[in-house]
Amino acid sequence: MVPVDYYIILSAILFTIGALGVLIRRNPLIIFMSIELMLNAGNLAFVAFSSVHKSFDGQIFVFFVIAVAAAEVAVGLALIVEIFKTKKNINIDDMNSLKG
Amino acid sequence: MHLSEAINSGFFFLAPWLVFAPIVGLLINLIFGRQFSEKTVGTVASLASGAAFVVSVLLAYSVSINHGEMMRWRLAEWIHIGQLSLDWTFRIDSLSTTMMLVISGVGTLIHIYAIGYMHEDVRFKNDVGRFRRFFIFLNLFIASMMILVSGDSYLMLFVGWEGVGLCSFLLIGFWYEMDILGRSSWANSDAAKKAFIVNRVGDFGFLIAAFLMFWNFHSLQFDEVFEGVRALSAINSPVTIAITLFLLVGVAGKSAQIPLYIWLPDAMAGPTPVSALIHAATMVTAGVYLVIRSAPIYATAPDAQHVVAMTGAVTALFAATIAVGQYDIKKVLAYSTISQLGFMVAAVGMGAYVAGMFHLITHAFFKALLFLSAGSVILGLERGHHHAEHAAHAHHDEKPKKKAKNNIPSKVEGHEEVSHGHDDHEAEHGEARVESVETFDPGDMRNMGGLRKTMPVTFWLYMIGTVALAGIFPFAGFWSKDEILLDASLHFTTIYWLLTAAAFLTAFYMGRQIWMVFFGEPRHEAAAHAEESPKVMTLPLVVLAVLSVAGGALNLPFEGFHNLGHWLGYTIGEVESLPLDLKVAGISTALALLAILISWFIYGRNPLKVNQPDPLKKPLGPIFKGMESKWMVDEIYQALIITPFTKISYFLADVIDWRFWHDFVHDKVIAGTYNWVSEIGLNRYADQKVIDAFANWLADATQWVSAAMRKVQNGFVRSYALSVMLGVVLILGYLIFK
Repeated sequence: MVPVDYYIILSAILFTIGALGVLIRRNPLIIFMSIELMLNAGNLAFVAFSSVHKSFDGQIFVFFVIAVAAAEVAVGLALIVEIFKTKKNINIDDMNSLKG
Repeated sequence: MHLSEAINSGFFFLAPWLVFAPIVGLLINLIFGRQFSEKTVGTVASLASGAAFVVSVLLAYSVSINHGEMMRWRLAEWIHIGQLSLDWTFRIDSLSTTMMLVISGVGTLIHIYAIGYMHEDVRFKNDVGRFRRFFIFLNLFIASMMILVSGDSYLMLFVGWEGVGLCSFLLIGFWYEMDILGRSSWANSDAAKKAFIVNRVGDFGFLIAAFLMFWNFHSLQFDEVFEGVRALSAINSPVTIAITLFLLVGVAGKSAQIPLYIWLPDAMAGPTPVSALIHAATMVTAGVYLVIRSAPIYATAPDAQHVVAMTGAVTALFAATIAVGQYDIKKVLAYSTISQLGFMVAAVGMGAYVAGMFHLITHAFFKALLFLSAGSVILGLERGHHHAEHAAHAHHDEKPKKKAKNNIPSKVEGHEEVSHGHDDHEAEHGEARVESVETFDPGDMRNMGGLRKTMPVTFWLYMIGTVALAGIFPFAGFWSKDEILLDASLHFTTIYWLLTAAAFLTAFYMGRQIWMVFFGEPRHEAAAHAEESPKVMTLPLVVLAVLSVAGGALNLPFEGFHNLGHWLGYTIGEVESLPLDLKVAGISTALALLAILISWFIYGRNPLKVNQPDPLKKPLGPIFKGMESKWMVDEIYQALIITPFTKISYFLADVIDWRFWHDFVHDKVIAGTYNWVSEIGLNRYADQKVIDAFANWLADATQWVSAAMRKVQNGFVRSYALSVMLGVVLILGYLIFK
């Protein structure tokens, strides 16, 4: 049996990679993939703790997270399509109209 | 209470109706009077006054069956503060009921007379509202006078005292927008103000006296004050001297004595019934009543008594001299009233309270009679004037009217105007001259003459009044005046001679008046066509004439006939009743007859002609001039008091208030300092350097901080996400490592 620490460490590594991807990459599709990576890092941690504590709560949470992630990707991709339609370009650094 | 019970024990429970009866009459006229005819208004008022008379009679009856015992009827609680405890209590004793009888009796007759008089007054001009107002004021006066005489304390007396003063003011200025001839002017309201203000000086004395009483005796109730005075058991103690002399100031104001008499002649600006009721018969005697009421205080202060007596005697003579030089029929009577009030005050000052009261009563009868007859004469002349005017207009056209105008005697000289300070008066006068309706003065005796033929009833009534006033046996004035003179002859020789001289002059000026008014030939168209007055006016006069003839019977100087003395003795203590002294009576009667003879010699034998100056003018020279101009007393007051007063007021207003307080203290000092402090201290330093600076710094700081912060907000979502993540890391780190 693999100790739970390994899962947690893997989960933390995955989350860090995802976070860095969100902060560093400029392609919104990649950023999306990085967000998915962070969500799944969370999912991995949930599942690991679920099996340690012999409880299904974590696994049920994971289902919710996956459902929310799917909805989020749907909304996000629609947004990206709309942005491409208006700007002919999906470079993340051009989306700075929130600047004060 | 049943009637039989009341008949046996007295009608004291009716006492409040002395005041309420006239008040009810007043309210009826006030509320419903708009719909009433003149006659109804007058009848209601007369009935109200008559009801007060009936109550007075019943009260007098009640006192007499109770053997003169004083009764109190407490109506309401009034003031209870600390030691001061005052109720509205009616004091029913022989003195107050005597006053009530005089007030309501004479008052009712005058109410009836006024119904006829007011309608015809030249100033009336069919103003029905005024008619109603007049009777409302008259009823109010009766009510106030009743409060005055029925009060059981000095304060209650003062309430009535002020009430009658107010009514006097209202009625003197009744035609406030006219002068005595009905022309537009403020003369009447000036006269009213003068009366009010002069009375205020007297009231001040009264109040000081009342305060002194309360200060020393802790009460204002008559009996308690008298008790306090008795407890002092000292003759001429400073307290009683002060109280009595301050009371004398009040008496001098209300009863028109030197030096405060000046308002009374001007008060003739009021309608004649008012002159008769208020300024001859009743209100002006309130001062005499006050002294009699305060007899126990005066008894312990002989020095003050002497001052009172001298004041009265000097006033009696002084006013009599002025009366000789007057041309206005009412002015003569006004000065005569002052003179007679002097007799009364002298009497009560000498302690001859019965004689003073006796003269008060008879004087109320014959002076009311004289005033009302004078009113009848004035109206008769007015009617004759209208008649003459009318005839001149109807029959001829221009010429006779002009002739009639030329006949008008020059009346400017010696005719005093009530007002002072009407600069345009002369101009007005000159203008009025063009229209003869305006210039004709029906009160000027120089416009009269020969009225005994045209106004016979008035003539006989006037004769009775004159003879009574002159003190001819056996008319009322003879008995009362003689009693005063007799008292004076026994104790105060100076006063006796002053009063005897005044009595001589009284007979003289009344004789002069009779000869000028009723004898000789008419000196004016109006006098020639004068008409007698209607019955509603003459009937009350007949009653007064009867009283003037028979009034002496109240207190004849024979054993068993001292009715009034006995009656008043219940209240003021039994006084020595003097028998008739033939010497004193003989001297005064002889002097009176002599005076009438002299007046006949001067005015009767050769009646005054049109435009002829007074025959006394030449032989007496400056003395007559002085009498004619009222010894310049008004002018002296003007120079000594009014002008300095005005100047001081002007000084205070202009220099002290305006220039010093306003311009200097307010504008310069206060506003200047304020401006300086706000400009330099507050504006330049506190505001600009501190408050503004702080606000500016705050704004700068905000700008600076926001400029720094703006850099964070770069619009890159990634950088926001980074900061979120750093935040999360920080918080998690804190949670983990804490």
